[in-house]
Amino acid sequence: MKKSLEELKQIGQETLNKIGLRVGQEAKTECKKQIMVCGGTGCHSQSSHVLIGKLKEELKAHGLDKEVEVIQTGCFGLCQKGPIVVIYPEGTFYSHVQPEDFKDIVEKHIIADEIVDRLVLDEIKADPNDGLNHLTFYKKQNRNVLAHSGLIDPENIDEYLAMEGYQSLYKVLTTMSQDEVIQEMLDSGLRGRGGAGFPTGMKWKFARMAKNDKKFVVCNADEGDPGAFMDRSVLEGDPHVVIEAMAIAAFAIGADEGYVYVRAEYPIAVKRLMIAIDQAKEYGVLGEDIMGTGFNFDLHIRLGAGAFVCGEETALLSSVEGKRGEPRPRPPFPANSGAFGKPTIVNNVETLANIPKIIRNGAQWFADMGTEDTKGTKVFALGGKIENTGLVEVPMGTTIREIVYDIGGGIPNNKKFKAAQSGGPSGGCIPAQHLDTPIDFKSLAQIGSMMGSGGLIIMDEDNCMVDVARFFMDFIVDESCGKCSPCRIGTKRMLEILEKICDGRGEDGDIEKLEELAKSIKAGSLCALGQTAANPVLSTLRYFRDEYEAHIYDKKCPAGVCKNLLSYVIDKDKCVGCSLCSKKCPVGAISGQVKSPFEIDQSKCIKCGVCEATCKFGAISKK
Amino acid sequence: MVDFVSIENLEPLKEIIAKHKGEPGCAMPILQETQGVYGYLPIELQNVIAEELQVPLSEIYGIVTFYSQFTIVPKGKHRIGVCLGTACYVRGSQDILDRVARELDIAVGETTPDGKFSLDATRCLGACGLAPVMMIGDDVYGSLTPDKIPTILAKY
Repeated sequence: MKKSLEELKQIGQETLNKIGLRVGQEAKTECKKQIMVCGGTGCHSQSSHVLIGKLKEELKAHGLDKEVEVIQTGCFGLCQKGPIVVIYPEGTFYSHVQPEDFKDIVEKHIIADEIVDRLVLDEIKADPNDGLNHLTFYKKQNRNVLAHSGLIDPENIDEYLAMEGYQSLYKVLTTMSQDEVIQEMLDSGLRGRGGAGFPTGMKWKFARMAKNDKKFVVCNADEGDPGAFMDRSVLEGDPHVVIEAMAIAAFAIGADEGYVYVRAEYPIAVKRLMIAIDQAKEYGVLGEDIMGTGFNFDLHIRLGAGAFVCGEETALLSSVEGKRGEPRPRPPFPANSGAFGKPTIVNNVETLANIPKIIRNGAQWFADMGTEDTKGTKVFALGGKIENTGLVEVPMGTTIREIVYDIGGGIPNNKKFKAAQSGGPSGGCIPAQHLDTPIDFKSLAQIGSMMGSGGLIIMDEDNCMVDVARFFMDFIVDESCGKCSPCRIGTKRMLEILEKICDGRGEDGDIEKLEELAKSIKAGSLCALGQTAANPVLSTLRYFRDEYEAHIYDKKCPAGVCKNLLSYVIDKDKCVGCSLCSKKCPVGAISGQVKSPFEIDQSKCIKCGVCEATCKFGAISKK
Repeated sequence: MVDFVSIENLEPLKEIIAKHKGEPGCAMPILQETQGVYGYLPIELQNVIAEELQVPLSEIYGIVTFYSQFTIVPKGKHRIGVCLGTACYVRGSQDILDRVARELDIAVGETTPDGKFSLDATRCLGACGLAPVMMIGDDVYGSLTPDKIPTILAKY
């Protein structure tokens, strides 16, 4: 049933009466406690959905299913400690919760009012309540885009309405002109979060100026950057924010139809988005005559099929049209000729997630956050060799050091920080001497990296930077669409040189060849994939040239990663002859007499490292 | 584990085409749903789609071979995907992939002769908190070490 604004507000208020206890308000219904269980991909893959089922059954068995509700939420961000459970109103933060912990949570926490101590992180043992404000991981964050992730049930539009959802859309439709909306975007300083950082308001303005009877709004949710998963988390945790923002964008440019292009690798995000679209249509906040204002906006989902290049906007539009996802030359820009040849804006998920709040709080509110160059906040997906893997959202201008050490908890196993890789296969690495760089588009570009979509992969002393460059080039070669030759052929040649260097066949002049190829590919490629393809090589050459040289001239891999450049050896003084390594060796390369030192046959050894991991005496090492 | 429809039976395909025909850009959703039903997209099915949509077969074939999720050969009963996203890679997922390949005695992209397993290196699965990660069917295995592989494979 379609709802009027009054009805929507009423649903929002009634829902808030129930869920207000999550935001410090008193519960005005019989539901006195709410157990929030993370249903993001990370926690879901550790069976958090099984836990939800068991909790519900157990509560029912105790006759508590009216007083205590179990809600599946979006991502809390602290994926490393998942599955995560937060219980309101006290805000108790439980981590690593397994399905079999359901009994303790119900019997101890809910019934006996005791803390389940073993599920509390050491850091907050003394005070496990209000964990989202106590944990160091959250203290320096400013959860703006992720505000609803973990707080509401993404599969229930009523909870989004309780958070003033769809009111920004109503405000836009009833009190603002198209130009006023665009001006608000321009004033806010919002720049695209997908990588290039183009001002969102400008994009909208160009599409608004284009004259056509049909226009499209497209959401780019093809988050192909390996190690970036913020867009997925927004879709999983707060899908309605994307729908509301797209409708606002549609009004601003004069479109009545839109597409969300989302990776097929994200089944949970797709499912929640589908549910959200259905609910939005049912309530009349999407579809025809939205909230009785006469404005129409219809939305479809298009699934990707595994092509990284489709994250590039013109390739994405080709794919939406049901074709090979090959980029097109620009101009014409999508704002003039996009999907099906019609004026189109393509905005990234995280960009869109900022928009309803900008409308609600005003452009100035947004412009007050961040730096001169870049306003607002940015979500980073922190991964690799870091204590707290997960999603973090910080104001622009936060330093990489704060993210890595204060929020991320530093490098595990007392290893040394080597580099942070940002921007994925188009980006670069940030070495230790630049840890204090404040994050914004300009500063990252100055040190030879880029913001990208926000993947931040931390590497320690055990990672070989030449190997990392080879890894990214391998990715690019695989994902180059093949349309233009500088990218298709040039990246392949670069990969061959990098493979040669990693294999110990590098020779004098290779580095120069890489640099020359990089220059040509950058200048000659059609789209951003090719134009930025050489960045990982150039930035590792800039900061870790010595590692390249060690591979080429000394035939050594300083980090001990490149297999052809290392050998495993047994220290005769430490080996007690227990024979465990020879039993574990998958290729039978280790032999010897029990109780006397063993030996590795280098001609058979495949350098898998199993022996080193097996030895209890530390007698086996890489050389 | 889904049971796929034999490619002899064209009824489901016809239904899929009828559902989408006429929609702008319908080739992608048709191919996706067809692969969902038949498990793969052999040339026979592509032919039907091309005829029904009245486009050259080369156009359909071009789309199928462009996207990595489409396959023109049948995959194994259990599809194994080892994540080679950056976060997994820096935590050693290449060693995991090598070990699975060795245990199954197949190369990446191949299927075991008995049709039980197929092995692929996948793009980021987004479960970076559990790196290194692999998926077998819909089951996710995280925090892997090469040692854990034989036990996991034995479950299938």
